[in-house]
Amino acid sequence: MSTQHSNVSTYQPVNLLYYTLQLADTALINGHRLSEWCGHGPILEQDIAISNIALDHLGAARSLYQYAAEQFNNLNEADKKNAFSSPLLQQVVGAIDEDDLAYLRDGWDYRNLLLVEQPNQDWAYTIARSFYLDTFNFFFYRELTQSKDKSLAAVAEKSLKEVTYHIRWSSEWIIRLGDGTAESKERIQNALNEYWRFTGEMTHATEVDNAMHAAEIGVDLAKVKANWEERIAKVAEEATLTLPTGGWMQEGGKEGRHTEHLGYVLAEMQFMQRAYPNMEW
Amino acid sequence: MTAQSFEQHFQDKLDNEVSIEPRDWMPDDYRKTLIRQISQHAHSEIVGMLPEGNWITRAPSLRRKAVLLAKVQDEGGHGLYLYSAAETLGITRDEMLGQLHSGKAKYSSIFNYPTLTWADMGAVGWLVDGAAIMNQVPLCRTSYGPYARAMVRVCKEESFHQRQGFEIMMRLAEGSETQKKMAQDALNRWWWPSIMMFGPKDDDSAHSAQSMAWRIKRFSNDELRQKFIDVTVEQAKLIGLTIPDPDLKWNEEKGHYDFGAINWDEFWNVVKGNGPCNKERLAARQNAWNNGAWVRDAALAYSEKRKERAEKQAVDAA
Repeated sequence: MSTQHSNVSTYQPVNLLYYTLQLADTALINGHRLSEWCGHGPILEQDIAISNIALDHLGAARSLYQYAAEQFNNLNEADKKNAFSSPLLQQVVGAIDEDDLAYLRDGWDYRNLLLVEQPNQDWAYTIARSFYLDTFNFFFYRELTQSKDKSLAAVAEKSLKEVTYHIRWSSEWIIRLGDGTAESKERIQNALNEYWRFTGEMTHATEVDNAMHAAEIGVDLAKVKANWEERIAKVAEEATLTLPTGGWMQEGGKEGRHTEHLGYVLAEMQFMQRAYPNMEW
Repeated sequence: MTAQSFEQHFQDKLDNEVSIEPRDWMPDDYRKTLIRQISQHAHSEIVGMLPEGNWITRAPSLRRKAVLLAKVQDEGGHGLYLYSAAETLGITRDEMLGQLHSGKAKYSSIFNYPTLTWADMGAVGWLVDGAAIMNQVPLCRTSYGPYARAMVRVCKEESFHQRQGFEIMMRLAEGSETQKKMAQDALNRWWWPSIMMFGPKDDDSAHSAQSMAWRIKRFSNDELRQKFIDVTVEQAKLIGLTIPDPDLKWNEEKGHYDFGAINWDEFWNVVKGNGPCNKERLAARQNAWNNGAWVRDAALAYSEKRKERAEKQAVDAA
């Protein structure tokens, strides 16, 4: 993949790397969480569906990590040294690859949204998390297809097809649970309320977001926010649910400040690479 | 037709290798045997998701993670085809699941063994799926049509699974000393349970003779076991691993490998529920089912509401 961004304002190459990792890390951690359902779903068909969605996110994560690795390998030595804090990544001899990025960075180098690291808990919480994220992803990736960075635009193009299915799947479940039984309504309402505090971060621009938007590589999050709000309100209405409004939002994921959950996800996910370093699997 | 002529007609079909279809007359015991076998098979796919699912969150690379997840998901798909095939015989999926959860229905005992290291993902793919293929390929020609057709789809995917398992083992076997040790350790633990997968010796197999006569089964347990051993020993040699059987020896005269005594005491104990993970596997399935009850209720309630609304709209429009 190549980076083509002529006629764009100046930005630090490391910003593009971090931007790519925001997307890659969100896709990986979300895919990982969804994959925890495999074999434990409430209905066999849904067990299969959720694993399928997890696979889409893992696939997107891999494309993005491959691109991020390429960017990292092209950084100058000083930027390489400062890009991450994880000692194992700095010790990699020669070029790094997708797995080094996924398995050798600790939480403070991870840039995923806080929302996706939240535990599955039950079907309602999982659906609430997916609904917020899928709706965001749909509008985000739709914008990203217009990116001046051809590699990101290509990933966005492919992801958009998958996300179009994801948003339909999670929206249908919101409606089904909201307009299902009294119990399901209460459960999904609670889950939506509970995970609401992690939604502000999705469309709140960080310095990296702003730099990338200015360079016409990243998307306009204000636009995504308006679309996201409109869509979730529409689905909630059909589901006879009430979405929370405003309130204090938890943030920091995109800059490496996470909730306590991410540490455990990484401890589990990175176990093999930590216990048996420098081996091919 | 008289009862006798129904039976004759059924037998003629078997003799002429014409498949039996859901609306055809069939003997009650044939139906019962198939329900037992197909539902056991479906349960095995679903319970079989658990030992491998155990490593999805810990797979050592992104590619391995994606392939493993896809594989376990395929098994869910196999369960789905098989439950559907069994439903054509007049039993519902919920009834079958009820039998699984109560412990009445069995599933393949192999899934009651634990997956302790990453190498177990290799060993399970290579040996367990390998043994399953030996058992299942002949089922693509089994006498009951819906079962045979489901098996054609299952077998296509299983051979891909077996290859990916073997590939994991191969990579380990050509890796570091630790990786080789990990591969050998997995083979040591999975070898005997794998060859037990073919079931009891022919003389001790309760259902075999009748199933052969009905052409549900095409080869005997011992024939299939021998075939599996002959093939697998050569594969182990290829990647430099040692089959944990000191009595294993090529028999020139028979053209087969002789092998050591199988621990049938262990086999029957695992069947009876005393395997290392019987309780955990069953509990995992029961939990998934029980925790999902409110979700299934919601889905049902919603679809009924929709139906009512559509009917009301139709009435109002009329």
